Amino acid sequence: MSRFPRPFEGTWTEHYPELGTDPVTYDDSISPEFYELERRAIFKRAWLNVGRVEQLAKPGSYFTKEVAVTNASIVVVRDREGEVRAFHNVCRHRGNKLVWNDFPREETEGVARQFVCKYHGWRYGLDGALNHVQQESEFFDLDKSCYGLVPVHCEVWAGFIFVNFAHQPEQSLREFLGPMITALEGYPFGRMTERFAYRTEVHANWKLFVDAFAEFYHAPVLHAKQSRERYAAAGQKLGFEAPYYRIDGPHRLVSTAGVRNWEMGDDAVKRSEVLTRGGLFGPWDKPDLGKMPPGVNPGRCDPWGLDSFQLFPNFVILIWSQGWYLTYHYWPTSYNTHTFDGNVYFLPARTARERIAHEMTAVTFKEFALQDGNTLEATQLSLETRAVDRFHLNDQEVLLRHLHKVVGDWVDEYSFANEGQP
Amino acid sequence: MTAMLPPPFAALEPFAPTWCLATESERWRRRHVSTMADLSAFYDAVFPRLEEAIEFCNQFPLDDLPPDVTNLLQLIHSLVMVSMAVEIFGQPKTIDAADAVLDRVREPMP
Repeated sequence: MSRFPRPFEGTWTEHYPELGTDPVTYDDSISPEFYELERRAIFKRAWLNVGRVEQLAKPGSYFTKEVAVTNASIVVVRDREGEVRAFHNVCRHRGNKLVWNDFPREETEGVARQFVCKYHGWRYGLDGALNHVQQESEFFDLDKSCYGLVPVHCEVWAGFIFVNFAHQPEQSLREFLGPMITALEGYPFGRMTERFAYRTEVHANWKLFVDAFAEFYHAPVLHAKQSRERYAAAGQKLGFEAPYYRIDGPHRLVSTAGVRNWEMGDDAVKRSEVLTRGGLFGPWDKPDLGKMPPGVNPGRCDPWGLDSFQLFPNFVILIWSQGWYLTYHYWPTSYNTHTFDGNVYFLPARTARERIAHEMTAVTFKEFALQDGNTLEATQLSLETRAVDRFHLNDQEVLLRHLHKVVGDWVDEYSFANEGQP
Repeated sequence: MTAMLPPPFAALEPFAPTWCLATESERWRRRHVSTMADLSAFYDAVFPRLEEAIEFCNQFPLDDLPPDVTNLLQLIHSLVMVSMAVEIFGQPKTIDAADAVLDRVREPMP
């Protein structure tokens, strides 16, 4: 019996008939060959988020990003005119990595007036132009104007910086994002500059972690031991049901109904949460963010807990009703490993009390994410045995079907166009 | 020895050298090298003073906390760090997390 209304077809999955209801395979998550296809078909064609404009506070601010899945290192910089640009992080002289500190594989950031190669001192402007060549007269027919840094397509939406590694992207960033995502414009992302950043290496295919955060069916079971007993027992009895799902092009959304810790009995809430006024769902005292854009809580759920917007291929924006947001990035490093980045953003704390509520929220986020991360390696190892190759997904897991279908579609389309075979 | 905490919190001084830690990674590490007896002793001493300690820190501008108040705020952050272990898990390690790791690599200060 449903607690929330479902589409007229009766289920969310059947509302999107192209997804089917059959058992699925995870062959796309255990194959080195398929991973090589994904790199070319998806990560070298889709718009990829690499950060936010607040990371580039002023002209000359830059950061580097190692993108193993496209075999690239890039430098993202705000130029003198304030424009955000991205370049391959490769000196045009002998191919040395241009911007790095002590360790060439480590990312770095800073403020620069120009980029100087450590090897022979070639200098590049913030616009990528090659401005100075050491002992230029020793070279043969070197036209400096032809040897600027190699640009990477870079566009900004709502303060999120995206790059595209295609020679010529097939869509503009806005077209790629589509109406469900662009309707978030106006959300005060730019004001939420208090950031807690988390990173880890995960021994599982990147899609398995996207899957883990794309359904909350796991929550009452996997996270049972994160809560006071009474709360956990109620969760397991009821199970989990999301009030709203939506699919728009390659992107997905799930919303949840609200949980109001502060309205629950003392035996269901942690003692330290009562005093710090923070927890998994965020600070208990909600900041006034003004009017929300129409893209937030598009299902008009009431009560409303959060929206998890999953942007294809590897980026999640999770907006909480308590006035804060999270982002997740899943950066593949091989067919069965990836780097996970989680960022927690708040309006800057004005008082110690607000700071403590944020700390409680961030600490609790980590406790839950560790449990989510724990199952992944076990799932990867188990799938790789290939002992079982058909798996059932329920209606609360509709978004998993969609991710794997879109990945398959992009790979098929690319293979057909480039190699003449589906 | 000079006091680390503001005078009204002198009773918590024994915990200050161990638990006044500036970053989450230090607090996380401390929680995991501690026994449950260590964590409970710290929790039992600080928790009854938590509301008062938060209120005390709150009197000062967050971007200009005196050093002893910064220490007190760090002590509160440590209480937040151990709260799950003491109130829910009954062990220093996150329950059902196997060997999963998640490093905090950037955070607001203090």
